[in-house]
Amino acid sequence: MSAYNAHFRVWRGDSEKGDLVDYQVEVNEGEVVLDIIHRLQQTQAGDMAVRWNCKAGKCGSCSAEINGRPRLLCMTRMNTFAEDEVVTVTPMRTFPVIRDLVTDVEFNYQKAREIPSFAPPVGVEPGEYRMQQVDVERSQEFRKCIECYLCQNTCHVVRDHEENKPEFAGPRFLMRIAELDMHPLDAADRQKAAQEEHGLGYCNITKCCTEVCPEHIKITDNALIPLKERVVDRKYDPLVWLGSKIFKRGEKTDA
Amino acid sequence: MSTTADASAGRAQISARTLRTDRWWLPPLLTFAGLTAWVAYATVRAFMQDWYWVEQYHYLTPFYSPCVSLACDPESALVGRFLPDWPILPFAAVTLPFLLLFRLTCYYYRKAYYRSFWASPPACAVAEPHKRYTGETRFPLLGQNLHRYFFYAAVAISVVNTIDAGLAFRGADGGFGIGLGTVILVTNVVLLWAYTLSCHSCRSITLGRINHFSKHPVRYWSWQQVTKLNAKHQELAWTTLGTLALTDFYIMALAAGWFSDLRIVN
Repeated sequence: MSAYNAHFRVWRGDSEKGDLVDYQVEVNEGEVVLDIIHRLQQTQAGDMAVRWNCKAGKCGSCSAEINGRPRLLCMTRMNTFAEDEVVTVTPMRTFPVIRDLVTDVEFNYQKAREIPSFAPPVGVEPGEYRMQQVDVERSQEFRKCIECYLCQNTCHVVRDHEENKPEFAGPRFLMRIAELDMHPLDAADRQKAAQEEHGLGYCNITKCCTEVCPEHIKITDNALIPLKERVVDRKYDPLVWLGSKIFKRGEKTDA
Repeated sequence: MSTTADASAGRAQISARTLRTDRWWLPPLLTFAGLTAWVAYATVRAFMQDWYWVEQYHYLTPFYSPCVSLACDPESALVGRFLPDWPILPFAAVTLPFLLLFRLTCYYYRKAYYRSFWASPPACAVAEPHKRYTGETRFPLLGQNLHRYFFYAAVAISVVNTIDAGLAFRGADGGFGIGLGTVILVTNVVLLWAYTLSCHSCRSITLGRINHFSKHPVRYWSWQQVTKLNAKHQELAWTTLGTLALTDFYIMALAAGWFSDLRIVN
């Protein structure tokens, strides 16, 4: 592929107003969308705001929407578009926009703070934690999260319904609760809180969080549905309740 | 309407419902058409009360199993006949509601029909048309949490289907025999087991709900197998819809005399 001129439409504006602005910009072989945004900054729009850091898909900074699809700017190759295709770049739509492609993702930090951190059993001090790899590897998948918040942005529960934000933690943080609930040494009660405080019931498992995850974490199948099933154990299944009484298992679904 | 461009929340003011340029509407449309066609076929067949049984080879369609209506052919009724013979009552009215509810509350089908029938959302990053959204937090959708009970019922019904498939190894003279119908019934029941065991509730029951895998090596092994199957849950959900309809159609065709069974052995 030789260099060509692409037609870009980039949303420019702030929380008051904004619009899509057209640009013709050079594209070279091997470039990603972030390269083109940088070229626009250098050549045509020096005041264009974009958040970025590693340019390697690991820092989670350059989340945006490309042709309407939530993506990382640095991980979207230009050769996935036809040369005559218009490439539209907009900020994430679920969060307040600060300027151009930069949004305020404070909502996510707030939700993170609402989840109590890891709580070891009483009497077990740091340095005394013992667990086997097989017991922790399931939730290690969730640790691949780079906190790009594309899943939070895509989830229709808050994307299409701003009013649900206070009640709903979003897929990233429900996954965090699942991670802690599956932890062999976590002693806190996560299941009731997931349903009653963090809005697990709002999730209707339509899997958009999984579709957009740049780390390919199976958020729905491996975190949200197992967490829903654990809540069912706890709140809706009398057979499990009876079994836990007979076999004298603890509050957490543990053995 | 949804609040995707809610100005009061400081969001970017983009009026388009979506800026996606791909054919995002195609998958929900195909799902809608596929599920509607299947439900229409199954409804017609469940209430037809005819052409469900081939006595010669002991073929019973899964839509009529177990056959418990007083109108059932006595040979087809393995567990007795006790339901009244009413036109509005399917011959397998004891099991069909549970199978319907098992699929209705299935985590895959929920995704499929929330997207295609209720447009909530129609596709990722495409604004839904509803003014409010409460998800599965209240009645009736709170009832989706009963999925595992329907899973238990589906396991029991799969056992009945397995017996039906076993009895289908019958020849024209009453001895052992295999026909294309036998192969279809066995294939169908194998896939039904695969779909049932790949269920997310099954995955949770085997071990997903436990935190110390190392203490339960046998359950851990079974969880690993269910996890592998679970990755194919969507494919199995569609495949079994196909095999159920195909199995039923084949037996209907034999029973109606449209063509005769292709015999392999006896």
